[in-house]
Formats: sequence, C-alpha cells, structure tokens
Amino acid sequence: MADDKDSGEMGLQEIQKKIKDAFEVFDHESNDTVDVREIGTIIRSLGCCPSEGELHDLIAEVEEEEPTGYIRLEKFLPMMVKVLLERRYRPIPEDLLLQAFEVLDAAKEGFLTKEELMKYMTEEGEPFTQEEMEEMLSAALDPETNTIQYRDYLAMMVIDEN
Amino acid sequence: MGCNSSIQYEDRKSEKGMKAAVLIQNWYRCYKARLELRRLQAMNIFESIEYADEQDQLQLANFFSFMLENYTPNNKETSESLSQLFINTRKRKLDPETFIRNINVPDTYYGPRLKFPLTFSDVILLIDAFKENQILHARYVLQLLQEVKKVLQQLPNIVPVSSTVSKELTVCGDIHGKLDDLFLIFYKNGLPSGNNRYIFNGDFVDRGQNSMEVLMVLFSFLLVYPNDVYLNRGNHEDYLMNMRYGFTKEIMQKYKEHGGKILRSLEDVYTWLPIGTIIDEKILVIHGGISENTDLNILKQIKRNKMKSVLMPPITCSRIDLKHGHHDLPLSSISAIDQLSKIEWDQMVNILWSDPRSKKGCHPNTSRGGGCYFGPDVTNNILTKFALKMIIRSHECKPEGYDVCHDGKIVTVFSASNYYEEGSNRGAYIKLSQDNIPRFFQYQSNHLTQGKTLHERVDIVESAAFKILGERMISQKSSLIKAFQKYDPNNTGKISVSDWAKAAEEVLELSLPWLSLCPRLVKVIENGYVLYKMGFKDMPIVKAPQVAKSGMVETLVRYRSDLKIIFNIIDKDQSGLISMEEFRAMWKLFSSHYNIDIEDAYVDQLANSMDLNKDGSIDFNEFLTAFDVVHRLDRNSIKSQN
Repeated sequence: MADDKDSGEMGLQEIQKKIKDAFEVFDHESNDTVDVREIGTIIRSLGCCPSEGELHDLIAEVEEEEPTGYIRLEKFLPMMVKVLLERRYRPIPEDLLLQAFEVLDAAKEGFLTKEELMKYMTEEGEPFTQEEMEEMLSAALDPETNTIQYRDYLAMMVIDEN
Repeated sequence: MGCNSSIQYEDRKSEKGMKAAVLIQNWYRCYKARLELRRLQAMNIFESIEYADEQDQLQLANFFSFMLENYTPNNKETSESLSQLFINTRKRKLDPETFIRNINVPDTYYGPRLKFPLTFSDVILLIDAFKENQILHARYVLQLLQEVKKVLQQLPNIVPVSSTVSKELTVCGDIHGKLDDLFLIFYKNGLPSGNNRYIFNGDFVDRGQNSMEVLMVLFSFLLVYPNDVYLNRGNHEDYLMNMRYGFTKEIMQKYKEHGGKILRSLEDVYTWLPIGTIIDEKILVIHGGISENTDLNILKQIKRNKMKSVLMPPITCSRIDLKHGHHDLPLSSISAIDQLSKIEWDQMVNILWSDPRSKKGCHPNTSRGGGCYFGPDVTNNILTKFALKMIIRSHECKPEGYDVCHDGKIVTVFSASNYYEEGSNRGAYIKLSQDNIPRFFQYQSNHLTQGKTLHERVDIVESAAFKILGERMISQKSSLIKAFQKYDPNNTGKISVSDWAKAAEEVLELSLPWLSLCPRLVKVIENGYVLYKMGFKDMPIVKAPQVAKSGMVETLVRYRSDLKIIFNIIDKDQSGLISMEEFRAMWKLFSSHYNIDIEDAYVDQLANSMDLNKDGSIDFNEFLTAFDVVHRLDRNSIKSQN
C-alpha cells in the first residue's frame, strides 16, 4: 500500500526489504529474477506512479545489455531504492485527479458518459487495453444512468484504498 | 484572432485533454498494481500454508513407522488393526456383489437410477442430476466403483495413447472437486466421446465441495468410453490424504449409512488407477514430476496397486523381528509380496509429488515433504534417456492455469480455477494437435464473483488468506509470544516491526513477506512499534473445553488433522469410538515423537471429560471438533475446518 509519508522516514534497510518483498512476489522461480512485463506492476505496487513512458525508461535502466526478457534483483534494487529515496513518481493527489476528470467533462455536467470515458481512455494518452477499460467501468459506471459520476467514484476509491 | 490562434487554442485544449487522460490512466494503473500485489501475496500465503501442511504429512508418515517399531499393544485386537494398516486385508462379511445388490433404493429416491453396462444417456442423466444438486444413491456409487475397478485392472501402469487426425486430444489437470470447472470445460470443449478424447491428470478430489460428483462423472465416462478417456492417479487419490483434505468428510456427510463402504471401495479403486499416460511414445503425462532416478522401465513393471497411501511407506520385517522378537506378531508376516520395494516406492512417490524448478539437479522437495525438486538438467537427461519430447504434469496451482518451463519441455496444467478462493487463479486445459504442439485454453468459473469489482474480488481472496494465516498463528501462540519477548528484554510490551517479522518467520517457518504483512495482522503504533501481546485479538478463537490448558489447546489445534487420521486408523470397525486405553497409548507415542511437552495427566483429564458415556470410550470426532478453530465472524455458524 502507498505509504506516502513513510518512505522518507523509513531506514534504508527497511526500504530495501520492502522492495525485495514486492519483487519476491513476482519471482516465481525464486531465482531473483522477474519477467520484465511485471516490472511495471512491481514499481507501482511500491507506491510510485510512473507513466508508461517513464516506466519504459526505468526498464531500459535495469535491463541486461542483451535483453533477456528478465530483470535481475541486483540491478533492480539500487534503481528502486533511489526512486523511493528521491520520492520520484509520487502518486497523484485527489484534487488533481478531480481536475483531470473535469477537463474531460467538456459540458461541465458533473459526469461523463460511458462513451466519452471510453473514447478518452482507449484512444488518448497512454491508451487502456480492453481489459483495463472493462475493469474500470465495472466499478465506475452507474448502471442506471450509464454515466460515470466521477466525484462519487473518486470518493469511493479513496475510501477503498484506506 | 484568426486561424492561427484558434488552431493553437484547439491544440492547447486537446493537449490538456491528453494530459488529463494520461493522469487518469496512470492513477488507475497504480491502483490496479497495488491490488495485483495484494492478490499475489494472498496466493503466496495460501501456497506456503498448503505446502507446510503437506510437510506435516511426511512427519505423520514417519510417525507411523515409529509407531510400528515402538507400539507394544496389550491386546491382540489392537495389534491386528495395526498390521491391517499395512497388509490391508479387511475381510468382507459378504461377497461384495451380493452385498451391493442387497442395498435397497427407496421409492422416494428421485435421483438417477443407473443400469450397467452404462450408456451415454446414463451419463447425461447423471450430469443433469448433479446440476440439480442431487446425490447419487450409494448403491449406484458402489456398483459404479466396482465396474470401474474391473476396467482399471486391465490397464498397464503407463497407458499408451496414439494421437490421430480425426480425434481431438485434451489434457486436463487438477480438478479438486470443482464440478463447476469440469462442466465449464465440457461446455467449452465438448463432452468426452469417441472423437473427443480426454486425459485427466489426477487430483480429481479433495478441497472442493463436489469431489464425489466429479469422480462419478469421470468414472462414468471411463466406463462408456474406455478407449477414449484416460485417468491418471494424483497424490490426492489416496484415502489418507482424503481424511485430511476433505473428501472423506464429504462422503460421510452425503452418505451417512453407506459412507464407510464407499470409503473402503475407493481405497481400493485408487490403487488401480494408472500412474500415467504416454502419447505417441513422445509425451509423458503424469501428475507430479520426475526425479533423477525416474525409470520408466521400473515403473512399467511394478504392481501399482500395492501403493495404498503415501503415508504408508514400506517397512522391513527384519527390523521388527529383531527389535521385538515377537514372532507371533502379525506384523512379522508382512512380506515383500504385500509391499513395494523401497526403490519402487520412491519411483511412485516422485511421480506423484515432485515439482520442477529452475535450479539444476535434484533436491528433496522440502515444501511438500515428499518427492523432489527437479531442474532442467534432470528433465533433459530423463527425456533423452527415454526418447521423450515433453512431460505434461499438474500438481501445482498456477495463476494462469498453466505454465511452461525447462525450455518448453515441462508443461504444467491446472484445471481448478479459483482454487484457493474466488478470484485466486484461472483454470486451463491443453489441446494437442497432430504435431503434438500444446494449445492452451483458459477459463475462470466466477458465478459467485460476477458483478464484483476488481477490488471486491481481491478483498475476498485476501481475507480468506489472512483467515488461515491467523489460524496458524493462533495454533502457535505461546511459541510466538516467547519469541517476541526475546526482543523485549525490558518487558515494555512492544517490539519493532522488523523484530516482529523476524520472530514470526522463525516460529511459523513460513517464508512470507512478514514486514509488509505485519500491519495487516497486528496493531502498529507510532515509531513503527508493535504491541505484540495484543496482536491476537482479531484472531480466530477456539471453543475448547474448560479443563484444557492453553498450551494443550494450541497443540491440539495444530495437530488436529494428524490426530484425526491416526484415530481413524485405530478405529478398526469405523465406529467413531476408541477406548481410553488406546487413546492413552496413542497419545504417549504421539507426544514423544512430536516432542510435545504436555503432561500426560492433563491429557487424561481432558479425555475423561470427553468420555461422556463414562463407558471407557471416546468419540474422537467430538473430541477433535472441540479444538476446531472458530472465526469471530463465523461464531454463529460453527463450522469445522477442511
């Protein structure tokens, strides 16, 4: 879980342990490597929010010279420690998120239609996959009005996380 | 104003929109990642505990050997029951055929009435009945088992299969009593038939709620299409495993009167299941895995039906004779005729229990306590030695339902979706084409989670995982508190999170991310400290009788599965009762072997309090139920574990 205030106060040892624990969860063979496709999930699960583009760069930093499809812990650990200590890719604050939804809400009606959200999420920015879109809708969509009441949605997500 | 600036305005507006979109997408992906981590951590907990349980099996098996060497029964009857464990010559009072014919099926029974030889329409009737939650009458169960045994006895240990162009071949992995998943596979892939062949790779039973129905469906298809349906034995096709993992309980609940007979019949039928199948002499399909010593030539020769249970390893007569000099002990009559040799035994156990790993070589499988871990070099050697191309196995739950390793030579297929809990994993099956290249098909039966959000599904998996973790902690409460106190020499009542994590790992012997689990299990106060004594307040409580001391309660909670198995074995006539004398003798042996430090007097006291009839016998099921863990939320519905 994202522990905003703590990563600065935690000792180096504890940060390393936290990273190792997250890494281990995806280390299916218990040989200190993970599939490169899981790196994004690992980094994000540690409370950082790099964009897809930023993620791409991070991966390039820790990949082998000849990419094997696997990332080794010994390369990942120092990079991740730095990211956490420097507090890079901080999670997006609630108010900024709300503003983002409001930007998409061209008509300023306080909600987005399903089609509007889908269009933005699957065509703009760093597009969602079909699965990601469906998952977001399953929680965000109000089935009676077929709209996303984004204020309510955000409020619910905040509660869920805590 | 002009075209230029309006284009610029549009640009800026769409740029803003894009930035907003990226922000939202980014945030959502982070949210998802955290949920994914929690889900996988929950899976990790389930797996660690499952394997730790399997390790207990090994200890139990050792205990049986120890018991044989040290148990000096006072009466002939008890010693006979012990020897019967190993010779397994339960004499039937009547010829089984007559006996089954005498079971009356009442007119009030509306379930399917099977006629033998079975036809395809009988199976359809069966499937429809099971979809309506009907229970097949014991008479038909026993008849079916009898017929299946006849078919299985004709089969070799490793059954050859030839793939042909016209017939599809599908391989399924562990089903573990999940009838929904079996029906889902049939729905997606078609029912077994002459043109649609299936191999089921073991572990049909235990854990799920419908092991009986799964078994009945698979066995009926075997009877109707004996040349097109192949069933391999898994490590759960073992009557002692069934006692620990739920199938025995399911049978006794569904078949109160004839449950015992069904259990005995199953015991026998299991031993006749083939060990594996071999496709086109190139692909070996077995439940667990291999070891560096795996020898197909030995495996083809052994009398597979001599392996009753993994908990009954072969014993050598000479050892017993020397120790006791009791030549009239029935045990001394055990000969090589009735048992597998040690070599044969090891071959079987490895096939049923081993797991592939990336580390080279062959190492004892310490998680499970049986079989080994085999590396890619072992795979290469064995495949070369026996001119094989690939091994398809099951035995391990995989998040995607399947997995490929050792450079494509080892394929794992697992067909029980949501194995640990709703949402934990997908199930899969494999279709083999003419060139024997596997194609994978996945599914997840989710009628219970339909309409639930990702977050809710993860919550469900996670709380189930924490529940069983909590049970384990409660069963070792005193050892935990002692370990915590070592880090608190001034008795302040608090220790740091990292000390807590170290102690937890040491005592519970589960390699889990204790640092991150800590705040979920105990209350963390300021400065990252934990009030370790308070940590158990949300943990499951045990409804043990008053006379039980807390240390004893814990022990009995921890070992209750093992004790259940032991008592079931001593209870020769399956009455559910054992004598006080037997109980005391068992307990003495048990506590010495397991190094349990509880005074015999306490146990006596407890046993006496359980002897409600005051007739010198204990209803051990009642005895053990008293030590079932009851979760706070479940308090109103008292359920026993498993």
